[in-house]
Parts: sequence; structure tokens; C-alpha cells
Amino acid sequence: MRFTTLLACLLVSQVILAELRGTGDLGLIIEREPAAVQIINTSTQKTLSHIADLGDLSHASVVYSRDARYAFIFGRDGGLSKIDLLKDKIDQRIIQAGNSIGGAISQDGKLIAVSNYTPGGVKIFSSETLDLIADIPAIYANNKRSKVVGLVDAPGQKFIFSLFDANEIWVVDLNAVTKPKIQKFTNIGKQPYDALLSPDGRYYIAGLFADNGLALLDLWSPEKGVKRILPNYGKQDEKLPVYKMPHLEGWAAAGNLMFIPAIGQHEVLVIEQSTWQLIKRIPVLGQPVFVMARPDGRQVWVNFAFPDNSHLQIIDVKDLSIEKHLQPGKAVLHMEFTPRGEHVWVSARDDNHVLVYDTQNFKELARLPAKKPSGIFFSNRAHKMGL
Amino acid sequence: MRFSLLCLTLLCSFAVVAEEPSQDRQAELKNLLKHDCGSCHGLTLKGGLGPSLLATDLHNKSAEFLIATIQNGRKDTAMPPWKTFLSIDETRWLVQHLKNSP
Repeated sequence: MRFTTLLACLLVSQVILAELRGTGDLGLIIEREPAAVQIINTSTQKTLSHIADLGDLSHASVVYSRDARYAFIFGRDGGLSKIDLLKDKIDQRIIQAGNSIGGAISQDGKLIAVSNYTPGGVKIFSSETLDLIADIPAIYANNKRSKVVGLVDAPGQKFIFSLFDANEIWVVDLNAVTKPKIQKFTNIGKQPYDALLSPDGRYYIAGLFADNGLALLDLWSPEKGVKRILPNYGKQDEKLPVYKMPHLEGWAAAGNLMFIPAIGQHEVLVIEQSTWQLIKRIPVLGQPVFVMARPDGRQVWVNFAFPDNSHLQIIDVKDLSIEKHLQPGKAVLHMEFTPRGEHVWVSARDDNHVLVYDTQNFKELARLPAKKPSGIFFSNRAHKMGL
Repeated sequence: MRFSLLCLTLLCSFAVVAEEPSQDRQAELKNLLKHDCGSCHGLTLKGGLGPSLLATDLHNKSAEFLIATIQNGRKDTAMPPWKTFLSIDETRWLVQHLKNSP
């Protein structure tokens, strides 16, 4: 009897042990065409599970709850899906708009904001229940509604976003959740198409599709308004046709440098952050889409718009030169670094695989099959501002 | 005059039939439409940064207008010209495909 009890105890504890897992080395791969995600482990470089029925996942993005247990997926069709990384299943899913572009989670982790094209605006939800808490229509001029882009979270329980059609930046303070305080900055430049937040949460920078330069808001001094940086950049150059909008994400802060994709040019721009001056234009082989710094800032990885989208170039930040050229497959859409940057995961949509590279020697470490993979999002995003 | 017009019409219709893209190319074009056009117009083509390309939203736009838009892009919008990558015949096939999609 005693022996059987002991045995039973052992068995039970083993089952419990087998089920326990942390989430710090997990992540999601978006499988665009089947509208599914894979939960992956970045330590074992293996797929843990597949979750389907997530609507239209073109241009999908992901944020994580602060306990890094839940992933919130923002789909093109206005779908907001909450995934439980421990149970490998959809916890909740709602359709909150007709057409949406991205989202963010608040500083305290309690609010999820979604930016929508149709109807243009931002909606705020409880991260626990996905109940609607606030609706912020992006109204401008004569009751028109603008598409909203470049939504980020910022310190002080704020969300910041840009109005593509209205040329405005809005800062929303949600300390009183049901009464959002909105500060509007107008005439910030024509057609802001995306934006980023510096890793310290101080600077919000919007790229301008139909104007020169970038719009900069210093959140430490909002009373000074939005100023234009690099106002003369691109004036004298013929803009090439843009086959994919660049993304502003992953502020590359190496010392005082910031790297951004030049729109309509085969260049990466290097900006000195204390003066906001352009210090170098690095020629690259196509129009950059993502320009992402390895977490230690020593390398910057660049992918490209159609038709150069089977390539990657890696910039050595030490001397601002191209260090390496890789060809991971057809239609390279996204890259994601492991938290401390020893590996990078790269999706090749039309080759239906995700590659894992060692960032020191550029060797391929693993190849995971995935159906039309696009975005890759690791759970360490849970603790980063502005992503 | 009338004869040459007839000839032209015949030639055009002949070209449409003769220059339909190969099965492989059609698959490539469908992939391009879904994923590359889809990055602005949505994977289901119901619109995003760019307008909807669903048949119901295109029915009052002529094929020639749509072919010209795809070939040359639209000034002052984010729509780029595709003529470097798509022949007129391929563009025409794409437009017919869009207009005939349920």
C-alpha cells in the first residue's frame, strides 16, 4: 500500500514536471495563408504547436502580456486573438473592426490598443477580457475618418499613433481609462506611414510617404511640438516606385546612431541621435523594408521590398559597411532576434520555411517548415516599450 | 478604314487568346496578387492601405482603366507602376481574373 502511494506520488509529480514550462524562450510564427500560427521554442528551435482559424493574417502583428503567457494577435480583418502559450490554444477571439493594421499593450499591461483603417481610429480593450473600454475615432477635417498607423505604447500609460490621411500625431493618456485625454499634433508632414519609439520611450518618429524627412516628437518636451528631421533628405533624388511600405521598428541604437529605411531609395540612413543629422547613406541592394538592430547594436539586418526580397544584407555598425549578404529564400518578410541576439529567425514566405542563423558566423542552424510564413514575434517583446 | 479597324479588333482578340499566360505563370501571378498586391490591398483583396479589389468594387471600372493603373501606377498615391514586372497581356489576365473572381 505504502509503496503504491509512493509510486502514485512519483507518477503524479512527473506528470506535473513534464507539463511545467516557462514562456521566456517561446514565440509565434505567423502562417499567413492558412491564417494560423506556430508556437515555437527558441532554445530547442522546434515547433511546439499549431493554432488555426485566425482569420486574415496578412500584415499580422503580435504583442505579449506582461507575464508573457498570452500573445495578442492583430489581424488584417480586424480580428483580435488572445493565444494561451501554456495551453496551446485560443483563449479568446473577437472581430473588433473591418480592417486593422496593428496594436500595442499599455505600460501596465492592462490595456490592448488596436489601430484600424476601417473604421479609422483606435479601440482600447481590456487585456484580460477583451471587453471594449474606449473607442477613439480618428476624425479630422469635415468629419472624415483617417486610417491609423504607427501605434505604440509609451511611458505614462500612453498610446501614440499617426493619422495617415490627416497628417496628424495623437498622444492618448489613459490614466483615466474611460476618459482618454487626447493631445493632437497637426500638420506633421504628409502621409505618415509608420512610426517607431526609441527604446527609452522618449522619441516618437513617424516616416512620411509623401513628404521629405521624418516627423519627430520628443515626449519629454511635447510642448515644443513635432519637428521635422532630415528636411532636405531625398529632395534632389528621384523617388523609385515603392513596392512595399517600409516598416519602422527596432530602433537601432548603437551608441548614438539610429538606422532607418530610406523610402523609395536603395539606402539605409544613419542618423546621429543627439543632433538629428544624417551622417551616412549606406547603399544597399534594394529598397529596405525592415532595418533591425541585433540587441547588442553591433549589427543591423536589412531585408528588401519586391523584387529584391530574396536577400538580406547585414551592416557592421563598427564601420557602417555591409558585412554580409545572405539569400534565405524567396520573399523574405521578417526577422526576429533571440533576446540576447546570438540567433536570428528569418521567414521566407514563398519557400515556406523559417531559417535560424547564428549571427556571429552566419551559419544556418535550423530550418522549420511553415506555410507562407510572415511575421515572427518572440515573447521577450513582453518587456519592451514601443513594439 | 473599316477593314483596318476590323483587322485591329481581330488582332487584339487574337492577342488575348494567344498571349494568355502559361499555367505556371498564372500560378505566379495569383501568388503575386495575393501576397504582394495583398500587402496593401489585403490578402483577401478587400482593401487596406489601398482600395478594395473585389469584383463587386471593380465592376464599374473599365478593364482598360485598371490595366493602365497597374501598368503605370497612380500619381500622388502609394500605387507603384508594375510594367517592369508585368506585360500588358499578363496585366489584362490579372484584371480579368479580378473581375471574374467571386
